[in-house]
Amino acid sequence: MELYLKTNNTASAVALADIPQVDYEALYADLAERMNDSRYHVAHYFATEVEAGLRFYLLLLDDTSAEVLITSFQPDYYSEEGLSSLTALHPAFHPFEREMHELYGIHFNHHPWLKPLRFPHDRRDKNSTMDSYPFYSIEGDELHEVNVGPIHAGIIEPGAFRFICNGEQVLHLEIALGYQHRGVESEMVRNQNRLRQTLIAESIAGDSAIAHTTAYAELIEKLAEYKPDMDLARERVVAIELERIAMHIADTGALATDIGFQLYQVACEALRTMTINTTQAWCGNRFGKSLIRPLGSNHPLTAEKIELIRRNVKEIRRRYNEVRCDILEAPTLLARFEQCGLVPTHEMQRIGGVGMAARSSNLLRDIRATHPSGYYATELHHTPITKRDCDVMSRLATRLDEVLQSADYIEQILADYHPTDNIAKPDYAAPLRGEALSFALVEGWRGEICHVALTDSCGNITKYKVKDPSVHNWLALAIAVRSEGISDFPINNKSFNLSYCGHDL
Amino acid sequence: MLVKLLNTLLMIVVALSITGVINRTRALLAGRKGIRFMQHIYNVRLQLRKGAVYSPTTSLLFRVAPCVYLGAALMAFLFIPVADLYPLLSFNGDIILVAYLLALSRVALILAAMDTGSSFEGMGASREALYGALVEPALMMAMATLALFCGYSSFAQIFETAQELDMNLTVVLLLVSYVFVIIMFIEAGRVPVDDPRTHLELTMIHEVMCLDYSGIDLAMIHIAGWLKNATIAMIAANAISVVFCFHWQFAAPLAIFGTGIAIGIVESLRARNKLSRNTTYILTIVAMSALVLLTGFLLMQNIDI
Repeated sequence: MELYLKTNNTASAVALADIPQVDYEALYADLAERMNDSRYHVAHYFATEVEAGLRFYLLLLDDTSAEVLITSFQPDYYSEEGLSSLTALHPAFHPFEREMHELYGIHFNHHPWLKPLRFPHDRRDKNSTMDSYPFYSIEGDELHEVNVGPIHAGIIEPGAFRFICNGEQVLHLEIALGYQHRGVESEMVRNQNRLRQTLIAESIAGDSAIAHTTAYAELIEKLAEYKPDMDLARERVVAIELERIAMHIADTGALATDIGFQLYQVACEALRTMTINTTQAWCGNRFGKSLIRPLGSNHPLTAEKIELIRRNVKEIRRRYNEVRCDILEAPTLLARFEQCGLVPTHEMQRIGGVGMAARSSNLLRDIRATHPSGYYATELHHTPITKRDCDVMSRLATRLDEVLQSADYIEQILADYHPTDNIAKPDYAAPLRGEALSFALVEGWRGEICHVALTDSCGNITKYKVKDPSVHNWLALAIAVRSEGISDFPINNKSFNLSYCGHDL
Repeated sequence: MLVKLLNTLLMIVVALSITGVINRTRALLAGRKGIRFMQHIYNVRLQLRKGAVYSPTTSLLFRVAPCVYLGAALMAFLFIPVADLYPLLSFNGDIILVAYLLALSRVALILAAMDTGSSFEGMGASREALYGALVEPALMMAMATLALFCGYSSFAQIFETAQELDMNLTVVLLLVSYVFVIIMFIEAGRVPVDDPRTHLELTMIHEVMCLDYSGIDLAMIHIAGWLKNATIAMIAANAISVVFCFHWQFAAPLAIFGTGIAIGIVESLRARNKLSRNTTYILTIVAMSALVLLTGFLLMQNIDI
């Protein structure tokens, strides 16, 4: 029997009945072997309640063949044995197994790090709460612990960072998130109003509003058997690339701020404002909220808006390129960023790193190239940018280059675009396919965003799972600061710029 | 007496203005309008009107430290002449006193930071202690060079006689003033050693030690910082004006604008050092002042080099 159902990111939703239901032992044995190959990485792995207990779904991405491998299994609900932990072999599975452990009390045998992921309560141990989070500790007279958070001194969100240091050198960093309980996934199911769901998708992570909403819209369109119009797909790509430009520029400025380099800070702040103001001129919101809607758009581009976007993007590209050339030749900046915060390629692959951070560690993870959908699949043949040095400077250099690349894409997409009136208004009531699993993969600026939904026989969504790239990459930050000076933590943190709310759904 | 009062008044003007010039320079280079020139003074005035909040983990040490810090800085401040004027206080050997008053102020703040029991402040104190210990030889040797040239060991007498010095020593004097400017960068916690504007506790040095202070205590720490800056900036300006034009009309503006603009430009156009590189940076200054002292000594012996 086939272990996996093979599909891809452009195909429509798959029927639940078509997904093979396999034996966990066989799956475990296969994954133990298969995941050694860097062409595979796990996109999502979750459990859901069914009549006879729990059914587990696993989505595996094959980056070489552009296939998405889906499988499921249903262990005996009354078995006390627990499942063998895949995390013990492949750390990339850790957030998924930890989530299932805390949600359903499933025990994973030999899991090396079975700590709460988001929720304060542990089904097996009721005394375990967020206040008594079991931080890792090392004994030693020369070591000291530094705790940062969870109430953050700055304006960002809650997260506790516990450093174990030997003098100025960090030996270990543990990041405990899960202080916000927003109930995103249950809210998506509780109310079947699709406009409301769209608004929730927009709020999953404020800095990736466009990418998350695009993932939601594509997922719904697959369930509604709707093939988006090429113009609509084109405009979505422009929106995502604009978001990428804005965030990459903002991060360039933030990195400059953290090393006290005023010149690049102010230059990037001005450019970022210009970028998000362009988005505002398009749809009325600087972060692109209200821009993406399922099965249509409320803000189709007009000739004037195209002209405005092209003009602004051209100017941003020109000015950012000046900043970029200066940055690459600024010795004091290079001295701070080079050889700092290394995450070697094999480490990045082992922990399942994705997106821009993975590409900066010379690991090719880019949904736009490996699992393209919409306009990326048909018109735009994306060449991912990878960097070899695996350090903070690589992550900055990836941003420097991707901004220019995205600006070129926008110019290329809009240069020969003559908008017609055939973009439909959004449809929030289209009937959805019943008994199906639909997923969407979108490369946001931070990395791979994966949304998965299951429907019941009436076409109502019964399970909605969101995965922000931060879920994978927080561990990369913890690895990057090992043996670095503790004062270099801020620049490492900024170089990843991960989302707290994308993690704490 | 009038001379002494004018001297003190000028020193106060220098102390109050340097921060304003730094802010203005940074704003200009950033293409911004910038805050008011006197904004830092208004901020401190506001803090002076407020009470202070103390953490329950702190002891008397924490409350006394700002007074010691300010007192020591003020004492040192009163020993410095503005070019041809005469300082309020002066006696033979006061250069040693000034150096150790600066050290005393540092010790007070370090102890207070340790007293809070916060892990951030402990790290800040450890960094400050290390850099303080490293920068002290540079300060002493630079002062020793001045004393060597003039044969006196009080600032007032040194600069009084310095204008009759041999022109051979010009280069050495300029180098001494350069060393003093760099020492000021370090003492004042400026880029490249420290960044007073950072919001990141993990990277702070001076700022993190003041995190638990509020209200009037914080104001005292700020004022003491200005006085320390003025003290070192004025010594550097004096060393330069000995070479060019030994008048207070020249030396006082030089202290304000020379150091203010220098710091403003450096803070705009370069990044902070990696923390572990700071030790190398400071040791370079120590090496340089050792070289200055040696060169000065050789020149004094009238050896043809």
